[in-house]
Amino acid sequence: MDTTELARRIRLHALRMTSRGGSSHVASVLSMADILAVLYGRSLRIDPATPRWPDRDRVVLSKGHAGAGIYAALAERGFFPLEMLQTHYQDGSLLSGHVSHKGIPGVELSTGSLGHGLAVAVGMALACRTDRRASRVFAVLSDGECDEGSNWEAILFAAHHRLANLVAIIDFNGIQSLATVEETVRLEPFADKWRAFGWRVLEADGHDHAVLATAFEPHVGAEPTVVIARTTKGKGVSFMENSVLWHYRTARGDEFDRAVAELEGSP
Amino acid sequence: MRDVFVTRLVEEAEQDERINLITGDLGFGVLHRFWDRFPARFLNAGVAEQLMTGVATGLAMEGRIVCTYSIANFPTLRCLEQIRNDAAYHDANVKVVAIGGGFSYGALGMSHHATEDLAILRALPQVTVFAPGCDWEAQECTSAMLRQPGVCYLRLDKSTAGITGRPGETFEVGVPRTLREGSALTLITCGGILGEVLGAADMLARDGIAVRVLSIPTLKPLRSEQIIAAARETDGILTVEEHVLTGGLGSTIAEVLMDVGVQPRRFLRLGISGGYSSIVGSQEYLRRRHGLDASSIATRARALLAE
Repeated sequence: MDTTELARRIRLHALRMTSRGGSSHVASVLSMADILAVLYGRSLRIDPATPRWPDRDRVVLSKGHAGAGIYAALAERGFFPLEMLQTHYQDGSLLSGHVSHKGIPGVELSTGSLGHGLAVAVGMALACRTDRRASRVFAVLSDGECDEGSNWEAILFAAHHRLANLVAIIDFNGIQSLATVEETVRLEPFADKWRAFGWRVLEADGHDHAVLATAFEPHVGAEPTVVIARTTKGKGVSFMENSVLWHYRTARGDEFDRAVAELEGSP
Repeated sequence: MRDVFVTRLVEEAEQDERINLITGDLGFGVLHRFWDRFPARFLNAGVAEQLMTGVATGLAMEGRIVCTYSIANFPTLRCLEQIRNDAAYHDANVKVVAIGGGFSYGALGMSHHATEDLAILRALPQVTVFAPGCDWEAQECTSAMLRQPGVCYLRLDKSTAGITGRPGETFEVGVPRTLREGSALTLITCGGILGEVLGAADMLARDGIAVRVLSIPTLKPLRSEQIIAAARETDGILTVEEHVLTGGLGSTIAEVLMDVGVQPRRFLRLGISGGYSSIVGSQEYLRRRHGLDASSIATRARALLAE
């Protein structure tokens, strides 16, 4: 399956999962679906038959509210049956709204409280380097999540320890819970901040698969890498795009049908 | 007690290369023995406890046993959610070590009074809670903690009851230790305040009152047999803790007994009440001020027996 098709499927799964269970954050998944598709469909060294393969690349989803996207990507890659996605957010399900690892092959870390993932990814990256593994560790963060001070502790530390096997990916869609990032707590000049902290900074169109694939390639330098992926929140469903409303809203009835139609029609 | 911890940690690390230590920029003059011996297994997170605990979790998920280290409330309350969500939920081998339980750093002020930690850490599922009262318990808790799967909390105290371990005694996680036999009250305690409790027991003994003393180096999990026996066989139970009265040792003992429907003849909890202490002073001074020194404990015990 090519990554474009994988991205389309991740979006459709996420829409169906969030609508069936009545959960929020569909737009947060649509925003990063292309990032996940390129990671899981192309860039990562992973083996669905051996989820705990020691030399695998690790993905930590720090923006745990977009867990539906990880579940969809893993199921599409064969880590667990696709039918399991139908239990998302249901009574008695393991598939929580915020990503959980328990009983779900392929999920590295449970998150949901923002600002946790990067520090744990740093620990994994340190260990992989010490153990001389070729593994890389990818941490996917939201832009709004960068309000959390704990991230900046990890950003300082990762640069100090020159964790070249660590890649932070920022799903920079510019919208957080109540308003835009710009209106909430300004992050810009964002790339300059990471540069000043000592990171290798790549800025990318977060929906261009070729650009993302290049950005996710290993590099020879010593610094950790941040990929600031400029994205559109709600990408792929016209009426969800760039709308604060769809951070929390669930698609139902006619809205659901229109969203499915748009995503099924997308290339 | 902290030196005992470091000595035992180095000994254990000689035997088990999985053991790592990460500090939140504290431990000057204390941690160098580990740092010098195992530089590749030592990290300083800087003044960043959330990072320290998150990194420890990541390292532990890659097969290490990782001690986090800082003083007072910094390795616990400052990063409580990292302990809960990251370390505990992932069953990571993270061992949270805090130096300065209770009023160990009494003169430094309320920020450094670790007086709610036992209740808070005890509430976290899958977390083992150690609060040794003497150097022997501290070294045994250190070894036990490194072998215990998952997250553990080790509360170390500036004060110590010396060495109460007896020749041939073996330490078992969760098992109380009977340090004095008697059929008058049972004094139950955990942490470095054990020294005051033993002092109170000696004072009472001089008056012909033989109290039983139970030391609880593992607050959670906690085996109940000796506690139930104490309630049945002695004239009452008096708990002593350098901790707020909410949710700590006294509460734990009450839960143990109520859960099995055993009511002691008398029951009194001594601990810290009256809110945060804005009065500072040495650990000894603050214990006296809160009625937690040996003499005050003995006085309360006599009064309880007279009821």
